[in-house]
Amino acid sequence: MRDLLRGKLLPWISTPIVLVLVIVVWKLVIAVFDVSEFVLPQPEDVASAMVDVVQSNGFWGHVRTTLVETLVGFGIALILGVALGAVLGRIVWLERALRPVIVASQVVPKVALIPLFIVWFGFGVTSKIVIAAMLAFFPIMLNVLLGVRSVDTGHRDVMRSLNAGRWATFWRLEYHSTLPYVFAGMEIGIVFAIIGSVVGEYLGGNQGLGYMIVVSLNALNAEQLFAVIVILTLIGFGLFLAVIGLKRFMIPWHESVVGADQSSS
Amino acid sequence: MAVTRTQATEERVVGRAPSGDHFIEFDGVTKRYQARHGSTLALSDVSLSVGRKEFVVLIGQSGCGKTTALRILAGLIRPTAGEVRVEGQSLWRGERRDDDALAKLGLVFQDPNLFPWYSVEENIALPLRLRGVGKRERRGRARELSELVGLSGFEESFPRELSGGMRQRVAIARSLSYRPEILLMDEPFGALDALTRDKMNLELQRIAAATDATVVFVTHSITEAVFLADRVVLLSARPGRLRSVTSVEFERPRQLDVETMPAFQERVRELRHQLEEDEEANP
Repeated sequence: MRDLLRGKLLPWISTPIVLVLVIVVWKLVIAVFDVSEFVLPQPEDVASAMVDVVQSNGFWGHVRTTLVETLVGFGIALILGVALGAVLGRIVWLERALRPVIVASQVVPKVALIPLFIVWFGFGVTSKIVIAAMLAFFPIMLNVLLGVRSVDTGHRDVMRSLNAGRWATFWRLEYHSTLPYVFAGMEIGIVFAIIGSVVGEYLGGNQGLGYMIVVSLNALNAEQLFAVIVILTLIGFGLFLAVIGLKRFMIPWHESVVGADQSSS
Repeated sequence: MAVTRTQATEERVVGRAPSGDHFIEFDGVTKRYQARHGSTLALSDVSLSVGRKEFVVLIGQSGCGKTTALRILAGLIRPTAGEVRVEGQSLWRGERRDDDALAKLGLVFQDPNLFPWYSVEENIALPLRLRGVGKRERRGRARELSELVGLSGFEESFPRELSGGMRQRVAIARSLSYRPEILLMDEPFGALDALTRDKMNLELQRIAAATDATVVFVTHSITEAVFLADRVVLLSARPGRLRSVTSVEFERPRQLDVETMPAFQERVRELRHQLEEDEEANP
């Protein structure tokens, strides 16, 4: 039993139990409070709506649109975030000069800017990519900035005492010690990118899963609305797992990977 | 069997290598740290020379500048005044360090400072990699060194899988990989438990002999200093200056039971007395 609790099996047992609990509570709420099906449909209706949605015309096109927006936006955020984070991390005076701007851009509720981006970049895919990129950019950039600053001084001394050049110091030391921070930023960034593209879609446009949410809402089709939300959750989960998988591959030595393995072995 | 000379005097102490050769020379080395409010004199006019294959241990209370002295010798910090020479070659040329002199030095820190993303073998061979040595040769040398430091079979392991003592062995192997003539060690066993420390001291003695290395070793443990050293150099604090130089001439290789000998204990007592005096003068 103990091995079972500590083992890799645990999530495979706990997740179905939690799911069943959620469904039971869900049904209880409907039964006890007599909730209208337009507000909260039955779980089994959502399930059958999911099947309908997946088989419906153009569904995969919507999925593709959302995926493309999210991934392209995330990719742009990753490139810009790593580049700018590295530059600001290394050039202290520049970071100091830009700090007020960075803090201000952090404080702005960026979701409030989304209508503006739709005006600027149109109702097509471009505006959503820009939104996804903007949301994902900040966590990545800030983490990279922190990572570049956090290179261990003892490790730096090793490289210095070995008379290592700039390039060798980057490749053998800075690159490896910053990578975990890049991944920490990516884990947050990928989630923000999905939020960005979906919110962008339902504020303007006629493509993507966010648009499907709006359509379902306008048709007062609660089952379909819930179905799309579940599908979005699954897609988000998949993207997040992809980032985690990449992390395990790239930095198998890091505590965040080793720790997770040790607690499950 | 043990002959000891101590020159503890009020006037300026100059630590000359008894062999008369000046492989490493500190010539009037002074280091002043500039802080926001005023400055601290970490080292004041330290002159010391170390002979080839000599084992010199620097001791002193904390804040006496022994680590500063070692870091200056390692080329990590630049002296405010004075000069450090290795085989007559000045280590610092203005802002730049002399590459040839630097290549003769191997540094071991208090923390092993291993790179967690590299295996033991890759960590040991890191300096060779920086020097552009090919993979096959790197591997061969890494195996050879893991054997020398008693880590055969752990080449593929990662630092996180090793104990503190094993990590420090890897760090020593890394510093030996490019065959430096001089090994600089800054309290390398300070974080280890007493038993492991004794073992590591024995091993270090063996490694130093096997590699013909000249060693400059910093510690705050008097026993460790007397056990390892050919000469113990005591620095006094604030400002750090040479206070005394004690020769320790027990036969090598030394076993741990040398520590029970009256002559050994006499050396330890003497040094402890000097340290205590120094602490009273600089509380």
